[in-house]
Amino acid sequence: MAGDSAASAPGRSGTRPERPVGRQGADPGRGRLFEGGLLQGGVQGSPVLRLFMRWVRRPLLPVMRLWRRNIQLRVVATTLLMSLGVVLLLGFVVIGQVRNGLLDAKVKASQSQATGGFAVAKQKADDEAASGGAGGATGSGDAAADADGRQSQSVIQWMSDLVESLSSGGAGAFDVVTLPVGDDSGGGRSPRGSGNVSPTDSVPGDLRERISDSTTAAQSYTRIVYKDGKESQPALVIGKQVNDPNGHPYELYYLFPLTQEEKSLSLVKGTLATAGLFVVVLLGAIAWLVVRQVVTPVRMAAGIAERLSAGRLQERMKVTGEDDIARLGEAFNKMAQNLQVKIQQLEDLSRMQRRFVSDVSHELRTPLTTVRMAADVIHEAREDFDPVTARSAELLADQLDRFESLLADLLEISRFDAGAAALEAEPIDLREVVRRVVGGAAPLAERKGSRVRIVGDQQPVVAEADARRVERVLRNLVVNAVEHGEGKDVVVKLAAAGGAVAVAVRDYGVGLKPGEATRVFSRFWRADPARARTTGGTGLGLSIALEDARLHGGWLQAWGEPGGGSQFRLTLPRTADEPLRGSPIPLEPKDSRRNRGLAAAGPARGGEEKRATVPVQPGGGQAPPLPAHAAIAPHLASVTPAVDPSALPGSGARVVPRPTGGTRHPGEPPAHGPGTDTYDARPDADGRKDPSEPGEAFRGR
Amino acid sequence: MKGRVLVVDDDTALAEMLGIVLRGEGFEPSFVADGDKALAAFRETKPDLVLLDLMLPGRDGIEVCRLIRAESGVPIVMLTAKSDTVDVVVGLESGADDYIVKPFKPKELVARIRARLRRSEEPAPEQLTIGDLVIDVAGHSVKRDGQSIALTPLEFDLLVALARKPWQVFTREVLLEQVWGYRHAADTRLVNVHVQRLRSKVEKDPERPEIVVTVRGVGYKAGPS
Repeated sequence: MAGDSAASAPGRSGTRPERPVGRQGADPGRGRLFEGGLLQGGVQGSPVLRLFMRWVRRPLLPVMRLWRRNIQLRVVATTLLMSLGVVLLLGFVVIGQVRNGLLDAKVKASQSQATGGFAVAKQKADDEAASGGAGGATGSGDAAADADGRQSQSVIQWMSDLVESLSSGGAGAFDVVTLPVGDDSGGGRSPRGSGNVSPTDSVPGDLRERISDSTTAAQSYTRIVYKDGKESQPALVIGKQVNDPNGHPYELYYLFPLTQEEKSLSLVKGTLATAGLFVVVLLGAIAWLVVRQVVTPVRMAAGIAERLSAGRLQERMKVTGEDDIARLGEAFNKMAQNLQVKIQQLEDLSRMQRRFVSDVSHELRTPLTTVRMAADVIHEAREDFDPVTARSAELLADQLDRFESLLADLLEISRFDAGAAALEAEPIDLREVVRRVVGGAAPLAERKGSRVRIVGDQQPVVAEADARRVERVLRNLVVNAVEHGEGKDVVVKLAAAGGAVAVAVRDYGVGLKPGEATRVFSRFWRADPARARTTGGTGLGLSIALEDARLHGGWLQAWGEPGGGSQFRLTLPRTADEPLRGSPIPLEPKDSRRNRGLAAAGPARGGEEKRATVPVQPGGGQAPPLPAHAAIAPHLASVTPAVDPSALPGSGARVVPRPTGGTRHPGEPPAHGPGTDTYDARPDADGRKDPSEPGEAFRGR
Repeated sequence: MKGRVLVVDDDTALAEMLGIVLRGEGFEPSFVADGDKALAAFRETKPDLVLLDLMLPGRDGIEVCRLIRAESGVPIVMLTAKSDTVDVVVGLESGADDYIVKPFKPKELVARIRARLRRSEEPAPEQLTIGDLVIDVAGHSVKRDGQSIALTPLEFDLLVALARKPWQVFTREVLLEQVWGYRHAADTRLVNVHVQRLRSKVEKDPERPEIVVTVRGVGYKAGPS
């Protein structure tokens, strides 16, 4: 058990998606250490115990699984156990009753027999004493010793005769035993028994004690042991202290064999056991049959439900009769029918939608192509036009670009909505993609005066992903970061850990206002709808990026703080069918204002946290200053000559000019560190720019 | 430079615009608007390149593409309004060498047409071997044990590109640039589909390729000679 929990611990600790995978590895380790320490302190040699437990458990596992999964087995087993209990209880009660009845009769008969016997023995002793006493009185004084010897001689004889005569009266129905009181075996009072009974072994010690203490009769149960090797028998023994003719006490016992009673009792027991066994087995069989009647339709329903959920919507249950099971079947079939109809409707709708999208696509695109070509021809020839016409030609060409990217983005979104987007995943190295994207964004970055740095590209970051989509997402993030980075550096960070890879794009621009971290992914969302847009972007870029991430089973999350920039993080599972449990990169960057505050408060962590602080100072050393221009650009130059990233579909960049004067919005909270926060499944972070630089671009994504 | 281009498109405005652009670039366009008449027009004009719209009245573009490919290796560039994988792959599998998604810029179109026509202008006497195949680059022929294998010009180019540097693993992007003449990253599905088509012709067992070997996660390379 302990082994199980240790093995599953890494998985469990990953349920909080925010936690970076890198730290996950340490947590279970700590847990194990703690657990191990506890165990070692408590139980010596606990590993051996654990091994033993595992060894015992292993062969039981299939049985346990069957037990858990099979309701029929459970019901039958429970029925068997419970009926066995009932039958055992009944058996004990009945057997007790029968035994008491049998023994009561026997004991009464025995007691009267024994009482008679004791009386006879007393009578005989008195008679003998009377006759012996008369003879003794006539003898002289020196003859006393002789008389004593003769007397003892005669007592021995007398005792033997007594035993003989007493036992003969019962005709084998009982045996008689005499024993001397205490250890005194002299004077002819050695143990005697009739019918080969071993006198000392057959009489229990505690009975002898009781008899020697009193003069009344006492009884007990015992086993008669025979001297000639005959099998011992259960018996009732009744004993009493009696005087011999000389007035010396001896113990006289009557032993009544209970053979007959025991035979009767074992017959009853046998009968009861047989009957009980039959009852239990029959009850088990009945339970099996009854449960089968219920379980079979349930199993059938389960099987059909599984097939239904696997998409075979025409599957139905067979309904017979009018009982509850039949009603279940009818209800089930009705449900399946409704499901089938609804799904059919939805499928039709979806097909129509897809068809519509496809048709619109074609119908719109063909004339647009003509317009596009015509505009380009006019644009090429604009030098021959008068200035107004030339400018119009330019505007026409520019806006056609925007129209095109808007149309492309719209179609892409509707493809996602229609569920028609297909993932073509294959193992790709995200470093390649990132370098391509950064290379493509280099001209824009140059114009904006910022540099794009790549961190964490020493090792391959390979994941099963659709290169086209991942590139689109990253291009969107990088172009957004550059557009809103206010000329400060943009850091693209790669990491892989556990079953996940992540790319985080960090900028140090205006950041995000409260609640914007979720809203940036909304369609056509902009920071302030009252303001006009001045630069390109369709407003669909991040929505498409989010859908792309979802299609991979990944996450796209945003974090931002007022004036401290933002970080967008794309997390993808390493293999396409693996669910994500965490991201290798924390959503809130280490150099966020809050984290820096924490680092300053706790100097123990300070050294590590300082690593990637505000990149405006290039002397940081840790991160090499921008390989993007130097190392990557040549590599890409052969493949990718300047594509204007702002013209790409889905760049999503929109900059809204801010009214000069830098006045705060009414009700705008002052910029503070504590205002920042990181959210998860649906990330939500806030950021509001400190309006210290008037006239600056206000951002929306 | 040779430049007869057959434009198969039912949209007259687009066809006319294409004509204007193509003439401006020094090509000789001819037009057909109906899928049923496309093959006849093709036989008649013997173009150096076909621009083919996928959605046509009568026979659709896929069918026309298949028919043309059945009797000629002339470069075919599809015009498509759909960029969905299925549509593109079906088009490529029916024999098109390249595709261009509407709406496109005239320059882009011209660049693609030139890239397709460029190949036929550079014959170099050269003999290459790849696996058990012998490639005569100038003679445009591929032979296995003296038996020649018919390849379209594009497939031939692809094979030659791989055979020229058998030690090199080609990423899909590099192949796109070298064979298709793309200057910026385009759709790598082009490469996948054409490698499959090539394999189906030159491999003994296309399931276990020996001539064009996949390097997982990277791209393709020529098999050992």
